[in-house]
Amino acid sequence: MSGRDDIKVQTEQIDQALVVQPHGEIDLSRSPAFRTYLTQAVKKKPERLIIDLAEVPYMDSSGVATLVEAMQTARRTNAKLVLCGLQDKVRSIFEIARLDMVFTIVGTRDEALQS
Amino acid sequence: MICNVAQRIGFADAVGSKIALAVDEALCNVIKHGYQRAPDGWIWMDLYVDDGESPSLTIVLEDRASQIDPDQIRSRDLDDIRPGGLGVHIIKEIMDHVTYEKRDGGGMRLTMRKDLSAVPETVSESVSSTTDKGTADT
Repeated sequence: MSGRDDIKVQTEQIDQALVVQPHGEIDLSRSPAFRTYLTQAVKKKPERLIIDLAEVPYMDSSGVATLVEAMQTARRTNAKLVLCGLQDKVRSIFEIARLDMVFTIVGTRDEALQS
Repeated sequence: MICNVAQRIGFADAVGSKIALAVDEALCNVIKHGYQRAPDGWIWMDLYVDDGESPSLTIVLEDRASQIDPDQIRSRDLDDIRPGGLGVHIIKEIMDHVTYEKRDGGGMRLTMRKDLSAVPETVSESVSSTTDKGTADT
């Protein structure tokens, strides 16, 4: 069982894409652990880094900041970062921060693999 | 708790969630910047429900953290895409009135108000009481 500051993250390599799927809320306490997973994922230099947020019911700006950092790092390695599976509450913060047009956001993991 | 109180006034579930997000961001800012991430700093939260002719929900957060000139607390330029610095923007985007003040004797006070009249999405719940106040220490 993970602690309050820990986060369960599953990763899966699908062809040239690396799929990262965090589970649970991503807030101030869990963002540092999530950042560590994302840093490791970007270092693998996948052609496509897919972050599947289907199992994330809530995210605050610290989680968004972690994703912005990952996007910028991925760009430097020419990896395409795609977000998918956003629940309404999570999508809302991207819209409020006006980042919904900055990230590539699609509905499902299959769409992310094909985008 | 925030969502439940907001719904009781008549805010839709989605709006209540956004208000809760604004409170979350405000608390995070106090912890990160005011208390430099120390986990044991005091934060007091008061909720004021006005369910009269102009229903609104007011949340007041007070702390004993380091003080900052309220004029220095600003949203950042959203065109500057970088990690961090979104909390104040999110709070001001969601809430209708946001005021930062220095508290007498130290710490800061943040007052945030959401007006039901400013939100198109409402639920048709009846409201039973006139004014409530709840207090929570975090």
